[in-house]
Amino acid sequence: MSFLTLMIALVFVAIPLVLSKTLHLGLERDTIVATVRSIVQLLAVGYLLQFVFDSESILYIVLMIVLMIGAATENARKKGSSIPGITWKLVVTFLFVQVLTQGILLSLNIIPATAQYIIPISGMVIGNSMVLGILFLNRFTAEVGSRHDETELILSLGGTPKQAVHRPLVTSIKASIIPTIEAQKTIGLVQLPGMMSGQIIAGADPVQAVMFQLLILFLLLTTAVITSIMLGYFSYPTLFNDRMQFIKEQSNREA
Amino acid sequence: MVGSGLNAKGSDSMMEDEAAIQFHEVSFATKELTILESITGFFVRGEITTLVGPSGAGKSTLFRLCNGLLSASSGDIWIDGVMIGDYEPVQLRREVGIVLQSATMMTGTVRDNLELPRALQGESLTDDEAEEYIEVVGLGKEFLTRNSHDLSGGQKQRVSIARTLVNRPKILLLDEITSSLDRVSTQEIEELIVHINQCYKTTVIWITHHLDQALQIGAYTWVMIDGELVESGPSNLLRNPENEDVRRFVKGEVE
Repeated sequence: MSFLTLMIALVFVAIPLVLSKTLHLGLERDTIVATVRSIVQLLAVGYLLQFVFDSESILYIVLMIVLMIGAATENARKKGSSIPGITWKLVVTFLFVQVLTQGILLSLNIIPATAQYIIPISGMVIGNSMVLGILFLNRFTAEVGSRHDETELILSLGGTPKQAVHRPLVTSIKASIIPTIEAQKTIGLVQLPGMMSGQIIAGADPVQAVMFQLLILFLLLTTAVITSIMLGYFSYPTLFNDRMQFIKEQSNREA
Repeated sequence: MVGSGLNAKGSDSMMEDEAAIQFHEVSFATKELTILESITGFFVRGEITTLVGPSGAGKSTLFRLCNGLLSASSGDIWIDGVMIGDYEPVQLRREVGIVLQSATMMTGTVRDNLELPRALQGESLTDDEAEEYIEVVGLGKEFLTRNSHDLSGGQKQRVSIARTLVNRPKILLLDEITSSLDRVSTQEIEELIVHINQCYKTTVIWITHHLDQALQIGAYTWVMIDGELVESGPSNLLRNPENEDVRRFVKGEVE
């Protein structure tokens, strides 16, 4: 594909712009910003990847992964701002998921140890881990808030903090993982996964593309489960102090 | 001999002997406001003491300090002559049982709810014990298999009391447990509490909005207004209070 054809493809941006203007949808500004950002960001990534692939240096691979984890942490931490130390909890979680998945992939020779494989797969793993982290943190903070009476009841009867948040914790872990499992059930029936479509368009053997897609799906199951469980067990102790008191109580309880 | 006039902790050995819970200049404040201010006094062991006062007086907060759900900002609390900080939180919460106003039921049967305090210790409740506890609160054993969410307000409150009793607390804190009940249920619960107090020699502290309840049930009464203990002594003090604020509260001019 050439730059000229890409320019022509901007007609697909022009259509929503014209419609938005005609129907007063007010989406013009956001559409233009989104288009410009996607062009700049993706082209930058493209040239960066080309550079990293050409250099064949492990240092650049590590640097790319560090950048991905940094960006994912920055995105997810806002959702967990009420949890003390959420930044390093996210960093450790992403790092662990990344090391575990790449460790298995490389040690069992499932993929070759080249930037061409490691970087895109890391991107998918860390990106999914980030989405899962956000889903989990959203749900967990909501569950803890809505089940406050149960938490207090269990503590008041002599339960430990872990027992007191067991239900919110398990519910949130399950709720954040379910979309990944559900998506997997219907995959290929309606929509071909993006990565697979891309490979097929680029000329790869469809069966090869499917096999890679399946590999990614399996990877994402592990990613989902590990992310939620790790974040859960990192997060809940920070809700309590050493006297087994719910810390939020100290600031929010009315007389 | 009860109460607020005592200003030196442990100055009177008789007082220490008969104090189930003793407070010395106990205050509790959040970042925004002071909820309890310099509470000094004690609850008499083996007796029923009612705790009355307008909403926002800090009564529920005082309970949460006794049960260890909160810690005082300053001052000292002794439970049975032992500094509250010397108790393990779990042990404290089992010895000082609290029945919360909300009567929160955990999902499951009534029996599941009765078993909760034991389950939190990794133990179970025998069928005989379950029947005994449900009968103590005046419900038949057929209730054990009922879904806890299908109970009426009064039944939930009874199950809630029975559940707290499973820990065999030495001190029982009741937070407005009859406020949402009709006259008949209220009277039955009152009789039940008097019965528990007499049978098990349990010290009972009861927050109530009904002054007639305070007069009838409690041997002693504390009146709290705006976070302060303004009057304490035999319940008869409510008939002819010395303090002007208490007089206004008794007359129903403050709510």
